[in-house]
Amino acid sequence: MAIPKIPLAEWIDHFVNFLRDTLEPFFNLISDGIGSFVDLLVWLLTIIPPSILIILFTGIALWVSRWSTAIFTAIGLLLIYNLGYWDGTIDTLALVLTSVIISIVIGIPIGIGISQNDRARNIVTPILDFMQTMPAFVYLIPAILFFGIGVVPGIIASVIFAMPPTIRLSNLGIRQVPEDLIEAANAFGSTTKQKLLKVQLPLAMPTIMAGINQSVMLSLSMVVIASLVGAPGLGADVYRAVTQIKVGVGFEAGFVIVILAIILDRISQNIGIKK
Amino acid sequence: MNDPKIEVRNVSKIFGKSPQQGVKMLNEGMTKKEILEKTGMTVGVNKASFKVYAGEIFVIMGLSGSGKSTLVRMFNRLIDPTSGEVLIDGQDIVKMKPKDLREVRRTKLGMVFQKFALFPHRTVLSNTEYGLEMRGIDKKTQREKAMEALRLVGLEGYENSYPSELSGGMQQRVGLARALANDPDILLMDEAFSALDPLIRKDMQNELLELQEKMEKTIIFITHDLDEALRLGDRIALMRDGSIVQIGTAEEILINPANDYVERFVEDVDLSKVLTAAHVMKRPEKLLAERGPRVALQIMKEVGISSVYIVDKGRKLIGAITAQDAADAVKNGKKIEEVMIRDIQTVSPDTLLTDLLECVATASLPVAVVDEENRLEGIIVRGAVLAALAGDEIQLNGKEVN
Repeated sequence: MAIPKIPLAEWIDHFVNFLRDTLEPFFNLISDGIGSFVDLLVWLLTIIPPSILIILFTGIALWVSRWSTAIFTAIGLLLIYNLGYWDGTIDTLALVLTSVIISIVIGIPIGIGISQNDRARNIVTPILDFMQTMPAFVYLIPAILFFGIGVVPGIIASVIFAMPPTIRLSNLGIRQVPEDLIEAANAFGSTTKQKLLKVQLPLAMPTIMAGINQSVMLSLSMVVIASLVGAPGLGADVYRAVTQIKVGVGFEAGFVIVILAIILDRISQNIGIKK
Repeated sequence: MNDPKIEVRNVSKIFGKSPQQGVKMLNEGMTKKEILEKTGMTVGVNKASFKVYAGEIFVIMGLSGSGKSTLVRMFNRLIDPTSGEVLIDGQDIVKMKPKDLREVRRTKLGMVFQKFALFPHRTVLSNTEYGLEMRGIDKKTQREKAMEALRLVGLEGYENSYPSELSGGMQQRVGLARALANDPDILLMDEAFSALDPLIRKDMQNELLELQEKMEKTIIFITHDLDEALRLGDRIALMRDGSIVQIGTAEEILINPANDYVERFVEDVDLSKVLTAAHVMKRPEKLLAERGPRVALQIMKEVGISSVYIVDKGRKLIGAITAQDAADAVKNGKKIEEVMIRDIQTVSPDTLLTDLLECVATASLPVAVVDEENRLEGIIVRGAVLAALAGDEIQLNGKEVN
């Protein structure tokens, strides 16, 4: 039993340090980019008066879904405003939207890529498993090292955790397009790109939207964890309540997260279905 | 005939781990079963060779698993052949680069699928435009050509519907229109009508034949239904276990089955749907009206029949006279024209037996077979029809079925 412990932790430390030292300009660029994007979103959502924003969201809900969802959206947002969590909600919304947009921008192309190639899929799938099963807190450590404290490492951790469903379901949706439709597309002389744009993606859209919906939910579930590294918003309110053992405030903030989750879920669920 | 439109030379398809080895084994003369047992590989198509000429409907028929769908997919390389050549207008598409292959697919080959394979997210019109869209043709021309194709298949007014809103028969019309919109020389129809119910299927077969008269495409039609093959095919190739067992016209296959397999396949065929009046008609006894009833009676006595057909100088049929009427006419000094029966059942030489049966059964006189100018070609008696249906070859006049 003289086998020494494999110094896995040391290796990873070295690796992360190496990355931080060599890729620092790159990480700074990402950090600045994401940071300004979130700031822009928050600024946009803040200059619009709450009353108009509530009407706007209710309108979107009515447009993509049923009137009952619209009513829930209106009442839910009014309640949030009344409880005094409006600013936190805006911060959280910006955080969630940013991570979802990043998930979409990176995830859908990767999903399309691995749908075209079995070997690529076999390489990417275990990485996705790793991203989803590794406790999310663990990402926070290198995220702080690379991106410092604040909203950016929170978003990075959220993206890592929330992106896999978008990738998985994009891949699945494209692969699930019936074989005879692919044959038909080929028989009429479609190029790979034409086939993708005219047949596969439109038919995969409902599945891809289901993936995006999952990503929305997962990134929302990350808001409390993100607050640990200094991301502002409802997560920070919950975290503060926990550290100060304030049961009521904790429940209030949690309740607001639930309302926001339901609204985002219903809206994102229906975007793909109704045209 | 002129140069073949499509020529298939020694084409094989092996599914499995090392297809080239499979081809070698085929060349050594091993059977599909032996190769499967030895290597686990499946022979899809086994050294098929044949030519298809411009303007013909070439039916490839076989039971499921006989390799017919695999074979048709090698015409446009939806499946790549393991070995062999597929020449379209003299060009081997097997060796073509992807770009050239796409061009051939876009301009020369249209395909209709068994399960329609319509794009559910596109309207009927937009489905029909698909091939034109792939070619990058301008939107206006796309629309015009697609509308023309839809008119051709009788789907005017449905262009804004979605496929799911249409019945199976109508969906397949869209499939046909989509293939026709590109105006390809060749139509590949993979069990195109098999998913339709029998009545609709028959309608579609008739419409395809009508369309074909106007369009004169080269059609490769895949089916497992012998009746369909016999109805549509100018020539039929019969497949079994990946090999082509026999190629020929419907009649050649029915009358001279190449082997036991073909014979078993065709033994249940309804001959009445293949044989025509021309196969079973007899040489008629005919008489010019001016010759008079006496001569008519004489002829009937000599030949031993009870009626004779009356024609004019141009061999055109004008009536018939029975022995009884002729005898009465002689007694009363009347002319043939005054006593003959003018209302006579006639059929054309290419009438199918199945359509003949009723009038043969109910007619009191033998049924007259006349050409388009009403010239008497022959007569049909009941006995000859029954003999032909019983498969008696001697009765078939050695005529070609068209």
